[in-house]
Amino acid sequence: MIRGGGWCFGSVLLAALLLLAAPASRAQELVADLSNHLIAISTAFTGTDVVLFGAVAAEGDIAVVVRGPGQDVVVRRMVERAGIWINGPSVTFSGVPSFYRVFSSRPMAEIATPAALEREGVGLEHLRLLPREPEGLSQARTVEFRAALIRQMQDADLYGRETGSVAVLGGRLFRADVHFPANVPTGQYIVSVLLFREGEVVEAQTTPLVVSKIGVSAEIFTFAHHQSAVYGILALVMAVSAGWIAGLVFRRG
Amino acid sequence: MLVHLPIAEITVNALVILGMGGAVGFLSGLFGVGGGFMMTPLLIFIGVPPAVAVGSQANQLVAASVSGVLGHWRRGNVDIRMGTVMLCGSTVGTLIGVWVFSLLQALGQINLAISLSYVVFLTLMAALMLNESIRAVWRRRRGGRPRPRSHKQPWRHRLPFKMRFQKSKLYISALLPLAVGALGGLLVAVMGIGGGFFLVPAMIYLLGMPVSTVAGTSLFQIIFTTGMATFLHAYENQTVDVLLALLLLAGGVIGAQFGTRVSGVLKGEQARLLLALMVLVVSVNLAIDLFTPPDDPYSIEVRGAGPGTP
Repeated sequence: MIRGGGWCFGSVLLAALLLLAAPASRAQELVADLSNHLIAISTAFTGTDVVLFGAVAAEGDIAVVVRGPGQDVVVRRMVERAGIWINGPSVTFSGVPSFYRVFSSRPMAEIATPAALEREGVGLEHLRLLPREPEGLSQARTVEFRAALIRQMQDADLYGRETGSVAVLGGRLFRADVHFPANVPTGQYIVSVLLFREGEVVEAQTTPLVVSKIGVSAEIFTFAHHQSAVYGILALVMAVSAGWIAGLVFRRG
Repeated sequence: MLVHLPIAEITVNALVILGMGGAVGFLSGLFGVGGGFMMTPLLIFIGVPPAVAVGSQANQLVAASVSGVLGHWRRGNVDIRMGTVMLCGSTVGTLIGVWVFSLLQALGQINLAISLSYVVFLTLMAALMLNESIRAVWRRRRGGRPRPRSHKQPWRHRLPFKMRFQKSKLYISALLPLAVGALGGLLVAVMGIGGGFFLVPAMIYLLGMPVSTVAGTSLFQIIFTTGMATFLHAYENQTVDVLLALLLLAGGVIGAQFGTRVSGVLKGEQARLLLALMVLVVSVNLAIDLFTPPDDPYSIEVRGAGPGTP
């Protein structure tokens, strides 16, 4: 952590220097980077922190959005039928980020207009979660299932309950500590850094972040999913030979 | 000793899985049943997704029945002809079962289906076993003799397609073992069990097989049904966790050794009574879950990567 911090601080300085070196160019209002672009999940993975850092040319408000890969998610509600609780109505949402966190230098309501937040899709209430089959779906049900989806994701620690903080140093440098829990989903993440002035986005930058599994168990998973037939046969071969060996041991025992 | 189960995608203590395998192996050695019906609920309890519990359990049962059948084979207690006919039925049953499983998974009702079939079958089996073993214990108390089994059921002798099964000394319609096999195959696919607890009584009471060939023959055909179920679950649903299966197997083999030794101490009726009570406890537990209002009625299921938002 200390080493990471030192490296990070160095990078911040470098970034700031680069910025200051070209003050005339209005193109680079904002630079930002991550302390790490790859999160490797091994068997012993218990979560990790990634530092986002950067600098702005002139004062403004910073918001950071960390978004996991989109996926289809089915939300179901259990209903009672003849005394038994079974899965009842369901709504499938498309493009649901598997991970979502927002960080900001000040409360979001103070730094951006609702219209800007809506446009950028910043904040859980502005998350674009679209039902896959909107026909015949009442507004009330969409709202209800959307809320349930967000609550479940929050319970799983995949969506933030609150907006995290972006620390700003001297009005120019900023950093945010992004925590990824042990159950962080794999895939290509996108970290967006938004610079707000007077309630509107003046500049944005996105940085990719890859979360991937490494090690034997990841290879087994990939194998089982990509070569299911071969995997199935190997599972059988393993079971038959293990059983055979066990049978021989049994006989002696 | 933490291990990450690659398909179940959970990190568990390997010793817990070994212990569970050992405990269930002990019971199966003690009572002479596979014990799959106890293992699947246990796996679900420690956080293995039900579908993975069923798939991996099928894989483990392949190994368990291979090792089990070896002993019966050496003693000549496997009726291959009977087993093969049953196998034809169970192939159809397993195929239908895995298809039903996929369908239920898509409908989001697989957990309900697993729980319900457990509750229904286990309660039924427990009731039958309890009834039988209480009678037996009671008879023994009174010093009477066990009633001779089987007043012939004429309907099963009127069925067509009769076949001769020499090893079992039977001349019966092939439809009977076919049907028993089919139902057994269905159970394997949907419940992740070998189906021994259903097959053994069905073979004795329905087919009229001699007790000596029942265990070996049912195990013989369970190898193939669980094998088929393993392959189909791996191929269709990717729900077979080989690491989980191996750990369960290792524990199970050791546990079964001890179980077999202890089984000499228990009388047959007492063992069956105990087993019936245990089956009843498992099914009552599952039933309570079905009837209890959930804490959060909503649940989510990730359906793989969709067209994501950038």
